[in-house]
Parts: sequence; C-alpha cells; structure tokens
Amino acid sequence: MSLDFSTPLFEVIRDEKKCIQCKVCVKQCSNKVHSYDEEENLVKADDIKCVNCHRCVLLCPTRALSIKKYSLEFRENANWTGQAINEIYKQADTGGVLLTSMGNPKPFPIYWDKMLLNASQVTNPSIDPLREPMETRVMIGRKPDSLEYDKKGKLITQLPPQLELSAPILFSAMSYGSISRNAHESLARAATELGICYNTGEGGLNRDFYKYGPNTIVQVASGRFGVSREYLNAGAAIEIKIGQGAKPGIGGHLPGRKVDEDVSATRMIPIGSDAISPAPHHDIYSIEDLRQLIYSLKETSGYKKPVFVKIAAVHNAAAIASGVVRAGADAVVVDGFRGGTGAAPLRVRDNVGIPIELALAAIDQRLREEGIRNQASLVIAGSVRNSADIVKAIALGADAVYIGSAALLAIGCHMCHSCSTGKCNWGIATQEPELVKRLNPDIMYKRLVNLVTAWNHEIQELIGGMGINAIDSLRGNRLMLRGVGLNEKELEILGIKHAGE
Amino acid sequence: MKTIDASDIYYRQLNEQIDEIITTDKNVTLNNVFGQRYIGRGLPENVKIKINGFPGNDMGAYMDGAELEIFGNGQDAVGNTMNNGRIVIHGNAGDTTGYAMRGGEIYVKGNVGYRVGIHMKEYKETRPVIVIGARAGDFLGEYMAGGAIIVLGIGLKKGEDLTGKYCGTGIHGGAIFINAKQDKYKFGKEAVLMKLTDADISLLEKHIEAYGKYFKIGTSKIKAGNFSKYAPLSHNPYSKMYSK
Repeated sequence: MSLDFSTPLFEVIRDEKKCIQCKVCVKQCSNKVHSYDEEENLVKADDIKCVNCHRCVLLCPTRALSIKKYSLEFRENANWTGQAINEIYKQADTGGVLLTSMGNPKPFPIYWDKMLLNASQVTNPSIDPLREPMETRVMIGRKPDSLEYDKKGKLITQLPPQLELSAPILFSAMSYGSISRNAHESLARAATELGICYNTGEGGLNRDFYKYGPNTIVQVASGRFGVSREYLNAGAAIEIKIGQGAKPGIGGHLPGRKVDEDVSATRMIPIGSDAISPAPHHDIYSIEDLRQLIYSLKETSGYKKPVFVKIAAVHNAAAIASGVVRAGADAVVVDGFRGGTGAAPLRVRDNVGIPIELALAAIDQRLREEGIRNQASLVIAGSVRNSADIVKAIALGADAVYIGSAALLAIGCHMCHSCSTGKCNWGIATQEPELVKRLNPDIMYKRLVNLVTAWNHEIQELIGGMGINAIDSLRGNRLMLRGVGLNEKELEILGIKHAGE
Repeated sequence: MKTIDASDIYYRQLNEQIDEIITTDKNVTLNNVFGQRYIGRGLPENVKIKINGFPGNDMGAYMDGAELEIFGNGQDAVGNTMNNGRIVIHGNAGDTTGYAMRGGEIYVKGNVGYRVGIHMKEYKETRPVIVIGARAGDFLGEYMAGGAIIVLGIGLKKGEDLTGKYCGTGIHGGAIFINAKQDKYKFGKEAVLMKLTDADISLLEKHIEAYGKYFKIGTSKIKAGNFSKYAPLSHNPYSKMYSK
C-alpha cells in the first residue's frame, strides 16, 4: 500500500468550553467524522471525512461546532491549484473516474447577474400587486396557429392538451433512487398544494404517489425504468429525457446499493441491481425517430397529455430545439450547464454544455424566425436561483422554469456536493432508512410551498414595477432587459441592449 | 371476430378503431396493413390481434398483456418497453426488437436486426423472453438487465453465424442462449460463458417447443443441452469505474 496523499478539505472546530460530550454529533454524522473517546471523555473529529454539510453544526445543542476550510496550502500557483493537485492524487490512487454531484461550481459567467430589469416611471405607471389583479398562471403546451370562432363567438378550434400551472415554476426531474422517498413526497405534496408540478425523474412512480398524478410529470428516459401504460397515464404530462445539463451526452447509473426494495418496486428492476441508463435512447437516432417516440407516448396516453422533450443546452441548441418542435413536442425543456445532478463525472459536469441564458435566447429567437414558436412551450432549467432569474428568463422567452437545486435547498440541502455517496445527512440524497427519516415531509413540503409562494409574489412585484399585469405580456419582451458589462457578441446573442442605450 | 381493412387508414384512426372494437370483441383481424405504427400499443390482456401485411414501427409498444400474431415481417422496435403479452411474427423483425421489455414473449420465425433485446429487464416473477428462429445482428442483448434471449439458428447456411458482434455488451442481468458453440469474441467483456443449469434446460425446452408449435416447424433436432449460455459476471458491472 502506497502512501495516501489525501488531506482534509475542511476542519471541524470544537469549542471545548461549550462541548458537553452529549454525542449528538457522533450520532448525526453518517460520514463518521465525530467519535467519543471514553477514557478522555472527549468528542473528537476526523477532519478528512467531513464534507461540510453543517448537520452537526446545526444540531449541536450548545453551538460548540463550526467548520472551516482546512488551512493546509500548497505553494501558490494560479495554474496548479490545490484542487487540481488533489484530483491527480485521487486518480493516481484509485484509477477511477472522478465522480461529483450538484451543479457546475466553476467561475464561468452568470448572465442572470449581468442583466438588469426595467421599471416604469411617470408614463405607463407601475402596478401594485397588493391592490391590483396580477396573473402569473401559465399554460404549457402547443398553441394553435390561429383560433376560429362560430357566429355566437364560441371557440371552434380544438386546443391541444395544456398543462396549467399557477406560477411559471416546476420542480425538476429528480428520480426516486437519486433522492429519497420523503424528499419525493415533499415535492409531490408541495406541487399539489401550489397548483404546479413535480417531475418523477427517470426512476418510475411509486404506487403510493399515484394520488398526486394531476401534479406529476412522468419521465421517460433511455433506461425506461418503471415505464408502463399505467405510468404514462398516471401524470399530467410526459417528459422524454434526452439530455441533462449537468452531464450532456452521457447516461445515468444508479448503483445497486441504492436499489432497495421500494426503489426496486418503483423502477421495476431487481433489488441490488445497477440501474443503468444508456447514453442515447437506442430507438432514437434522428428527429424522425424522436417523433416516433413522442407519438408512441401520445398514442398510449390517448393524446390527452402534453409531451415534453428535455435536452441539455449544447452548442447547437437552437437547431436541436427546432428539430424537437418539428418532431411534435408540446414543450421543449432546455437544461443549462449549471444544472444539478445526483451524480456525474466531474470532467463532464465542469466542461460540457453552455449557459442556459444564451441557449434560451438563441432558441427563442430561432423558433420565432422559423415561425414555430407557438407550436411548443419553452421551459428552462439549469440554475435558477431566485425570482429575478425567473423574470429575466421569461423576458428572454421562456414560458416557465424548472427548479431543482433551489427546491432541495428549501428542504434542507446544504450544497455539500456529496449526493453520490448516498450518505446525505439531511435525508435527501440517500436511501438509508435511518437518514431518510430525518426528513419530515409534513414540515418540508410547507417550506417548498413557502419558497414558491414568496417567489411568486416577488415575480408580481417585479413585473408590476414594469407596468405589466400578466406574465404572458412579459414573455420574450427583451426590451425589459439591459446588459451590464457584456460585449457586443453577448448582447447580440441575448438580443438585448446595453444599459444606457 | 371483427375484421378491419387497413388499406389507406392512418395509424391513429386504425388504432382508434381497434380500441373501439375491443370494448365488445376481443378478437380482431387486420388485413392489408401497410406500415401503420403502434399497433397493439398498451393493449391489455385477452385482446388477440391477427395482422396480415406489414405493420410499422413500435408494434406492441408498452403492451400490457395482449397477443399479436403477424403474418408478415415486423419492423423496428417491436414490443418496445412491453410489460406483458405475446408477439408471434411469421417472418423477420427489425432493429431494437424488445427494447426495454419487462415481461411477455416475442417469437420471431426468422432473423432479427441490431440491438435486439437491448436493456431487457426483469422484475419479480415477470421475465421477458425473445426467441429468434434464425440469426440476430450486432449488439444482441446490449445493457441487458434481465430475461432471456434464445437464438435457434434454424436454416442457416454452412459457416453462417447465429449472431453479430458485441453481443451482451454491458449486460448486468438475464442470459443469452445461442444454439451453437458460440465464440467469446462475439460477446462484450461483461458477458461470460456459463454452464447451463437445470432451470435453463427446462426454460429452453419450453420455448423451443412453443416455437415449433407457433410456426409448425419440427424442433426435435434442437437439443437444449447444446446451447451456449452467456450471462453477466456481475449485477454491478461499473462499480469500480468511479473514485469518490
């Protein structure tokens, strides 16, 4: 055995004056950082196991704990950073692909933060949402090219199926398996109370959750886990997953150790067997093949539900989205390179895909130019962090947004990037019964309701300030945006003017 | 028994007509089928459909117990993500036949295309089976996660092989049975040649007999004991690929 080069990333600081040796931290840490030494009557910490999830810090009754970045430094080097060096050590040690979780943390530009919103002054007065009606409801689905009415003014045109959302927000696809049953239940109950939708992810739909069907989007991915006639008819919409922003171009892999009895029943695979989603759908090699899958789902669900197609934001996103619309999708979902994941190879997560803001602007523009923007709704994902991001996304042309990481933060995620280990101390990204029961859906679903309610009110404030009283009037209204610190090309792609223009 | 003349009927109308008929009569015959897709999609138990002609892609997709008998060839993705039921094809079938099927049986009299049985899976007592009369293309049983694929090799010319290459690549469940001393080089590294068990022999005998019955072909010369069985070494083939 060669020397282990790994060093801690974090240091657990324990104030011995405050510590009462109650051992709560010992019991709470699934990574086994804390241990109690009976002889010395001391609680000790093994820093190297710490992922900085804050569980022990928040549960310590005397607030004796804090966590710091480990202070060991390499000689300063802008090229060979500590992280770059440690990654080499780890791969030299294991021979394995580096695995990580959550979204891309690298300092790439965040275009949301380089766009500013307009507000009304003097003319076209602003609207106060506290006193005036304000519409944030959206309808997701294909819209007809024109509307026909009979002589009495009654609509003759048959509308394609629409998904009604009380706010332009959906909870992103996160499979049962990647997240826990209690996390799923929290999302499903919150979506139901809010009048929005959550998404099963590609892991099937647990029998106990069929009752949330009207607020459920069922996903079909390359592994087809849990996909059956009953499943396809259980939700309010069906989503074909082609790609994911965190890992464009590759498939998924739920390790067998996370496939317990309940996950097995939901995915309809044996207990302990790996759940492997191939990189492509092997019945889709072309836009025509995608159309075939879309219509097989429509056929099997009686043409009653919109079919979404989710792609990762990649270089030719606009052309791909055009193909997806022409293939018959009722909504195109585009997931940006900052989108989260339960597990992805680090090199893929950090280096593949493009920012959602640019992809969204390019796709909306392209679909308008081709005269097919009405044929599908545009839903975006890939790091929407607050209500202002949503308002900016809608002004760039989105119909609604998916939130994944933000939703998990609402139910206790502390962004420690360790989902793939399956030891989530907050009971979210784990299947271990002892950890799952830490997440109480009765409490957590209310936090999700709170978050979306707060954001929805902020959306009303922001659009009211522009003198707009319906979210539909903001969609694609890029005059409401101005760029700051962006170059000509960026402004051109975003289709916005610079501040001051 | 109701009959539909499928000439010049678009698939959507054809499938609607079938849906309507089976509310009263579970037996339907389709004549002059010519490329219509999704025939039998999601149909439940006790429905029996006879198809004369050339059904299109995704026949029997998400099927849930119905029986289809095709007097002609099947196209691509026959039995796609099928849950239960039986498909009997008196001819050949195309690529990705049995993609992700979770239960039920597909019998093909002749040859099948590429990537047949890809990601077949099993769950509890449901174990899907694909029986191929003659030969299969490349990537047979790729990513296979359960069930059985049986290749009989009937009527092949001398020197003609029963499968293409890269069979069982990424296999992590189920088994592929080839009626020959099939060389390992035809198989992906996750698939391993294994000894036949008594359960395998009875499974093979049962499906060989059924094949003979459906297609009225004598199968007495096909001996279950002669089959090569390729199955996965592990249900977790990629667990060592990652460092955390």
